Amino acid sequence: MKRTEPLEIYQPTSVNEACRIIKQSGPGGHFLAGGTDLIIAIKEKGWVPRYVVDLKRIPSLSEILTNSDGSLVLGALTTMREIEISPLIRDRYPFLAQSAAEVGSIQIRHRATIGGNMANATPSADVAPALIALDAKAKISGENSERIVALEKFFVGPGKTLMKPDEILTALIIPPHPATLRGEYIKFSPREMMDLAYVGVAVALAMDERKKVKHVRIALGAVAPIPMRARKAEAIVLDQILSEEIAEQAGGEAAKECSPISDVRSSADYRREMVRVNTKRALLNAASEHWRPTSWVERRDRRY
Amino acid sequence: MKKKIQLTLNGKKTILEAPAHRLLLDLLRDEIGLTGTKEGCGTGDCGACTVFLNGKPVNSCLILSGELDGAELVTIEGLKIGPELHPIQKAFIQDGGAQCGYCTPGMLMMAKALLDENPNPTEEEIRFALSGNLCRCTGYAKIIQAVQDAAKEIRQAARR
Ligand code: FES
Ligand code: FES
Repeated sequence: MKRTEPLEIYQPTSVNEACRIIKQSGPGGHFLAGGTDLIIAIKEKGWVPRYVVDLKRIPSLSEILTNSDGSLVLGALTTMREIEISPLIRDRYPFLAQSAAEVGSIQIRHRATIGGNMANATPSADVAPALIALDAKAKISGENSERIVALEKFFVGPGKTLMKPDEILTALIIPPHPATLRGEYIKFSPREMMDLAYVGVAVALAMDERKKVKHVRIALGAVAPIPMRARKAEAIVLDQILSEEIAEQAGGEAAKECSPISDVRSSADYRREMVRVNTKRALLNAASEHWRPTSWVERRDRRY
Repeated sequence: MKKKIQLTLNGKKTILEAPAHRLLLDLLRDEIGLTGTKEGCGTGDCGACTVFLNGKPVNSCLILSGELDGAELVTIEGLKIGPELHPIQKAFIQDGGAQCGYCTPGMLMMAKALLDENPNPTEEEIRFALSGNLCRCTGYAKIIQAVQDAAKEIRQAARR
């Protein structure tokens, strides 16, 4: 296996310092969070960074906080494992915890961070659809600057985001949601573990007392250049009672909206068909009364 | 560019100099001489290189030495309790949990991570915890048996 070429490593202790280092040192540098994408890119894709800026010494980036308005702030260095086991996230947004648990192995999840995963903008990232279904925002910081954009708009293409080279994704912010919000994330992949999604479907919805859907977000991963919302499918479900027929129709619409590619993993046609089926399942699972998955086995059995 | 790194390695304070780009796996094996940790894939897929970094199991093939200053590391060489093998090691020997033995250090580290958190795991929980560890001899049934037996032994020892 290939080894890393010599490089310089910087360990700033503030966001400003990190941005300054990248500005001053120029091209050929890379931010480093958990390293589970970067080191693999160096080994497999032949990347040769001249220097890396390790963000892990910046304390403010690794916190999970609740704001007084009920919004949840996930520091960019929050690991996938922390999201998977956080009692707060498991209680409020179990499907987000579940999407994090779908990533790699436990060892990988102890290193891989939510910010690194989003900043690398892999179309199949499991957490992205769950966060988009929750209307998450990306907080982007530069030297003495800050802006907040919808995560949906943050991605612009495979591996591309709207950040400038000297900007850092510092947090993901989940706005407040009613306690009645429920959700589901289904990762559809050939192997149960240690694999990438063929298709990922996240659903978040809230219903009124008469079971009419009053709020719904459907987000898809791995079936377009970027994680996407299935807006036409959402429109079918909104203000309806979520019957099997409605869910089926929404699935069909989501399959039309997405734009998957054919590759070694799967054909575009198959991916579309799996979007149809899994969008339907995710909607029905999210709406179902009495079932909150806890263990991996329960989640797995529910998928099929 | 060499960088000075302070570590607690298997309980001992250690100061060493290493190039920032040196992988933790290579640092352990080639510079420190702890060859128990293995490289299977080099890309985070097999778990043979699992060590504990600040108490958490991680893939040492994906970590740069330059990230490590101040870290606490435990490798397979640090699993023993004094001169005694760890109950997980004993159970692997007793149950035939190792064939060629290449995946074994990683399996043992991950089994320890699991049993520290959950002393009474179900078979499914063991499979879930070990899903990032590949055994190319495919001795999974005996590995799982060994983890169950180790868990039992550790629970009994706690009651004694
Ligand atoms: S060698 Fe590190 S996971 Fe395979
Ligand atoms: S015992 Fe040979 S690889 Fe597991």
